[in-house]
Amino acid sequence: MIQLTHDPIDTHQLTESVRDHAAGAVVLFLGTVRELTDGRRTLALDYESYPEMATAKLEELVENARSQWPITACGIVHRLGHIELGDVSVAVAVSCPHRVEAFEAGRFLIDTLKEVVPIWKKENFEDGTTEWVHPGLDTSSDAASTDTSLSS
Amino acid sequence: MKVAVQLFAHARDLAGREQVDLELAEPVSVGDVRSALAVHVPQLVPLADGLLIAVGTNYADDAVKLDANDTIACFPPVSGG
Repeated sequence: MIQLTHDPIDTHQLTESVRDHAAGAVVLFLGTVRELTDGRRTLALDYESYPEMATAKLEELVENARSQWPITACGIVHRLGHIELGDVSVAVAVSCPHRVEAFEAGRFLIDTLKEVVPIWKKENFEDGTTEWVHPGLDTSSDAASTDTSLSS
Repeated sequence: MKVAVQLFAHARDLAGREQVDLELAEPVSVGDVRSALAVHVPQLVPLADGLLIAVGTNYADDAVKLDANDTIACFPPVSGG
């Protein structure tokens, strides 16, 4: 199951959905909203996606993982919209015959999701400022409005 | 050729709109779209080379040629998870 949703993620239901008599291992990864980033206090995150491409990339991702590990079942749910501190933003559940491959496949799925799936998060900091998270780019308001050095 | 470019995340916020409509001479490459965006939407220049361009549901490098019915999107590096 692949899903983008604005509703809270039912992690128990996702976990149960990958359980199978052929599997001896189930790994569940949860991404949760962390309070501190580089010493700044986060109150919430806002997530948005390019839904058509995100869904296509998630499907490719699962196909890629299935070509590398003997996956019995797999499910990925990513939440969108406003998510409060501590809440679950993403859940990846994978089942395999044995635990080593289940851990490896789960690690691959979340690591690659973060690199290729068009979903973005915006930090809502305690001091009232907001900031898009775009790895490799400085998107703080000062940099975005005055610093053009990245264009060279 | 008319090219409609959907913007997302910080790119959309900087541009102040969800879509940019460009009129470009054929043949049009992804690199042409990138150059035209910098001219027509100078607010995007700070993001510059960090911007990714997708044709349909695939990432596309600057050499990729566009068809008239392609769906084009432009956005900064992703940060899901």
